[in-house]
Amino acid sequence: MAGLIGVQSGRLRAALLILAPLACCALSLLHGRFPVDPGTAASILLDQAVPGLVTANWSPITRAALLDVRLPRILGAALIGGGLAISGASFQTMFRNPLVSPFILGVASGAGFGAALGILLSAGALGAQFLAFAFGALAVLLSYAMARVYKTAPALVLVLSGVIVGAFFSSLLSLLKYVADPFDKLPVIVYWLMGSLASMTNAKLVLIVPPILIGAGALLSVRWRMNALSLGDDEARSLGVDTTKLRLLTVGAATLITAAAVSVSGIIGWVGLVIPHLARMIVGPDSRKLLPASLSLGACYLLLIDDAARSITSAEIPLGILTGVIGAPVFALLLRKGRLGWA
Amino acid sequence: MGVTLEARGASYAYPGAGTGARTGGKPVFSGLDLAAVPGEVFSILGPNGAGKSTLLACLAGLRPVSAGKILLAGRDLTSYPRAEAARIMAFAPQAHQAVFAFTALDVVLMGRAPHLGLFASPGRKDRDIAHEALAAMGVDHLADTPYTETSGGQRQLILFARILAQKPRILLLDEPTSHLDFGNQIQTLVLIRKLADQGMAVIMTTHFPGHAFFADGRAAILSGGRFTATGRPREALTEKALSAAYGVAVRLADVPGCGRICAPLTGDM
Repeated sequence: MAGLIGVQSGRLRAALLILAPLACCALSLLHGRFPVDPGTAASILLDQAVPGLVTANWSPITRAALLDVRLPRILGAALIGGGLAISGASFQTMFRNPLVSPFILGVASGAGFGAALGILLSAGALGAQFLAFAFGALAVLLSYAMARVYKTAPALVLVLSGVIVGAFFSSLLSLLKYVADPFDKLPVIVYWLMGSLASMTNAKLVLIVPPILIGAGALLSVRWRMNALSLGDDEARSLGVDTTKLRLLTVGAATLITAAAVSVSGIIGWVGLVIPHLARMIVGPDSRKLLPASLSLGACYLLLIDDAARSITSAEIPLGILTGVIGAPVFALLLRKGRLGWA
Repeated sequence: MGVTLEARGASYAYPGAGTGARTGGKPVFSGLDLAAVPGEVFSILGPNGAGKSTLLACLAGLRPVSAGKILLAGRDLTSYPRAEAARIMAFAPQAHQAVFAFTALDVVLMGRAPHLGLFASPGRKDRDIAHEALAAMGVDHLADTPYTETSGGQRQLILFARILAQKPRILLLDEPTSHLDFGNQIQTLVLIRKLADQGMAVIMTTHFPGHAFFADGRAAILSGGRFTATGRPREALTEKALSAAYGVAVRLADVPGCGRICAPLTGDM
């Protein structure tokens, strides 16, 4: 990843940014405690895509490990990592603040509360996922509605309302933890909050693909206009940008992504905050390049982190821990030599 | 091709004034009439806090007037979609704060926003226009330089290039000379005059009476919420009117080859 910073040619850089996530996906597919050689993996994927094309010379266990365990997890990691990073990059540009994460409007606290509620009510995996998504989205909706009351300095007020709503749901979450059965439910809630992709299934994956793809597509399609938002409201409006509409679209799209991501993975911090910085060091602050680059790097980052999570020890290490433990020193190192892309 | 921007009886009060300590319930200004016509610079002078920037924001359609009307080409400004107004009129704020290190070219390209749809991004034609605008300002060599690494004078030129790329017919400039050194101030004024001579209507706020004399056209002093003087600069900006507005005694003098200048009366002669 660090080597990318030195790449100056735009076209080569674009090719690398497209190929890198694909390479990481392939690598992650072969990587793990259950050994699968590249030939078998390719044959199984081919057979899944076009049944009967290749003769089956693999065990059903290998096939299940690859298609039902590893593949959803890998696709999930790529989608969630890319999604959190592109949301973070959009929010940083929109709020003109490089310290903003995609969770700034309270989506993580809301989703955390929703998931805890689902766990407490024994709503099942999909029930908890649905409640996490719903409360994550509800939290952002509340922040947005609260900010709409004030007409002046909307971007700043939006951040403040996000903090307020986030604090409210954090308290509600604490309340749920307090009343949860400490031997049965509480550990589940705590592990959920640390973030993990260990329980990823095809059923869960199918539910998050549409919102993340729709959200990312929406952000990508307005990404040039987002540049103007970073000049501040008055200047953007004087350039003919309908700031209210654009901001609503950005918040809505980012919320689709983050709420869907958090609903299956728990709270994975750091990706949405730091990957946009890394991307900005490589391609600069222009959203036309920044958003696609964030998408690509976010996917790579979470894929690699998840590979580490499932292989460092025989017991899984929660992702929320690893993203920071590995990410913080790497970022500190990059900070030392890279240009930040903001003043 | 010229378009006129007019204020008729324009008033502005902060929303929820009446309880506001800052305004004491009084409007910032009220009943202002002005017209910016093609080929002329309209200079607005006045003490700090008189509401010059607010007036300019109202004229740009960024703040709604609380009474009266702003007319763009004879039509009420509020009836314009944001992008349509931005194709006619460009606004340069007082202090442009760049958070991210966009290149000069990216900054100038943003001037193309009113000409492009919500999902569009600038193409070759827009890039050509942006390069032309940078070249017209003599800063095409800065195209790939991060905006944050340019000097104050260069930033002003890049901002003007963005305005040119926007292809407006009316310019609203909030203290275009305030962050510049002496030489860049004059360069900017010459540029503003040139743009006016090409048929643009310009409204600018300034702290320097001399700049209003230099820009010629028309001038007004905004003080105490109303225009205390308005007309041709040489007629409106009298020693008496300027002294009253700024609270310091001033002298005007015609310097051969320099035009009219304004200096404080210090008494040490």
